Amino acid sequence: MAKKDLIGGKLWETYSNNVIERMNNPSFFGEISEDEARGKEKRLIIADWGAESCGDAVRLYWLVDTSNDTILKARFKTFGCGTAIASSDVMAELCMGKTVDEALKITNLDVEKALRDSEDQAAIPPQKMHCSVMAYDVIKKAASLYKGVEMEDLEEEEIVCECARVSLKTVKDVIRINDLKSVEEITRYTKAGAFCGSCIRPGGHEKRKYYLEDILAEVRAEMDREQIKTAGSLENFKEMSPIAQYKAIEEIFAEKIKPILHRDGGDVEIMDIKNEGDETIVFIRYLGGCATCAAAGTGTLSMIDQALKGTVGPDITVRMI
Amino acid sequence: MDRVYLDNNATTMVDPQVSAVMTEFETKKYGNPNSLHSFGMEVRKPMEKALDQLYKGLNASDEDNIIINGCATEGNNTVLKDVLFDRILGEGKKKKVLISSVEHPSVFNTAAYMGKMGAEVIALPVNEDGIVTLDILKEYLVPQETALVSVMWANNETGLIFPVKEMAEYCRASGVPFHTDAVQAIGKIPVDLQDVPADYLTFSAHKFHGPKGVGGLFVRKGAPVSPLLHGGEQMGNLRAGTVNVPGFIGMGLAMELAVSQLDRELTQVRSLRDRLEDAMAQIPDVTILGKRELRTPNTILASFKGVEGEALAWELNKFGVAVSTGSACASESLETDHTLVAMKIDPSLSHTALRFSLSRFTTDGEISYVIDVLGKAVERLRKISIDY
Repeated sequence: MAKKDLIGGKLWETYSNNVIERMNNPSFFGEISEDEARGKEKRLIIADWGAESCGDAVRLYWLVDTSNDTILKARFKTFGCGTAIASSDVMAELCMGKTVDEALKITNLDVEKALRDSEDQAAIPPQKMHCSVMAYDVIKKAASLYKGVEMEDLEEEEIVCECARVSLKTVKDVIRINDLKSVEEITRYTKAGAFCGSCIRPGGHEKRKYYLEDILAEVRAEMDREQIKTAGSLENFKEMSPIAQYKAIEEIFAEKIKPILHRDGGDVEIMDIKNEGDETIVFIRYLGGCATCAAAGTGTLSMIDQALKGTVGPDITVRMI
Repeated sequence: MDRVYLDNNATTMVDPQVSAVMTEFETKKYGNPNSLHSFGMEVRKPMEKALDQLYKGLNASDEDNIIINGCATEGNNTVLKDVLFDRILGEGKKKKVLISSVEHPSVFNTAAYMGKMGAEVIALPVNEDGIVTLDILKEYLVPQETALVSVMWANNETGLIFPVKEMAEYCRASGVPFHTDAVQAIGKIPVDLQDVPADYLTFSAHKFHGPKGVGGLFVRKGAPVSPLLHGGEQMGNLRAGTVNVPGFIGMGLAMELAVSQLDRELTQVRSLRDRLEDAMAQIPDVTILGKRELRTPNTILASFKGVEGEALAWELNKFGVAVSTGSACASESLETDHTLVAMKIDPSLSHTALRFSLSRFTTDGEISYVIDVLGKAVERLRKISIDY
């Protein structure tokens, strides 16, 4: 909460002009008739997603040239708010001229980006992002119909939120693509967890296989690890002087490791670095929240170990004092 | 047609007569009513007059208190938190608080807070008409365990009127304090505190053509109350803080006007509302929520099949018509308005519900215009709609 949050009710002022224009005058709404699809190498696909009782429902029509899998024409119909209309409109536009496989690569963020007025200004507020996710889902549905496979076969479709029919893949994707950091954000983007709430954490009225809190923690941890791995490696580490080695390791800690620990109120200190034969051992001591954290000796230690190995090489190991 | 305002359950236009009176107490007679000098002196008489207007408007007795405060939310918090701190946590004998499941957030969320602090809050269900009846209250009320019953006089979303007289009488006979949030009732239907033995009643000026930021809490003689705001000695030590003098005086006049024009509300406003409602019913697949005879004369809550509520509100706004929606899409939390949830309205209806609320300033021409554009708006959106 801060100054910008004190006056509420701004929903309609947060829509981009592009959203407003498409809400008022969508260009690609309507149907594609069987007649239009008549003829060789043409196929009509009609895909439905969502339900009126959930507040959003969209139907996507594709006219596909079967000789090259290209979407010749796309139209939509939607039950939903203005941003659902605008998202569907831009989604239909983005599909046209693409092959089915190319269309499958359109993400909810592409939909949202296409609705922006300028590059750095979001087209719709976070709680409306689920409208763009719906546009993304209906494309997957249409592609599955075209390919004659179940949506689950296009990907591993494990449903996390039964109420909003949100898959594990979708949840993981929105976290990654949009850099989400809280369950509330996941709910705003996908509607997962917005209804009965059972899928947020254990203890709801229904037992679930996956919970949003766990998925979020897992994906964030993966993202942290990847960020570390992608950093450049120090090929000449073994040739460095002890002081240079210490500085290099200190830098890895400052850039890659400490920020992650700081997020949870923890910290770490390098106590010593020893070279034993080919192996380098870094001795550390935990501070703050990490000092009392149960995972410090397992998950966190392994994260640090991998961060060092990823940057320096396989012969470096971390140990707690 | 420039713009048509049909969102009077959210707030109303200040009556120009009220506005004129208030200006005098902003730019000329701006003294602090607690000052001894002439600037203070000259505002006290008009304040007394405003009190008279409020007491008369509600038919309160001079033995009762009407505490002038900032808003109905403050009044509701004052009553509920007094019960929480003094009765439930203080005396510790009675822990139950009964509210209706369709209360305004100012009661609903305050009761939820009470629950967190140790009260046992029971939200009374509504019947198939959407109201809490005396029988429902009787079913849940355990007098020796209950510290307060709070049921609104009329609902903000549906306009449905609750049988507060029967409930207040029953609570009185059972020895349980009864509070009612009368925000949506005043100026729309008769509110007579000699007829209805409520112990506490809250109201807000801006819902009956008074200014925003001022309201009142009626506390019947003998009913306990502690200040929510501590500080100076204003309002007989019951509500600290310099009184909003222009607002208070404006509210007095607004009350007098609202009560004196109640007949008009019950005839002219009602007939305009009915005309709009009848015209809506001509549009295919429209569901009006709540029986007409059970509602305040100014309110319609209607669902338009295949047309999401926020989209229709947007469409009408383009035509200059202001209405509101309880649709989940229009809220930051994506939650459907809890009134509709408690009424067990079919979810597809709740996503398409739109509230039209008139006032005594609504004109015949405005209603004709709304009827015209509503048909167009629904038609356009149904063309885009998957379900139509």
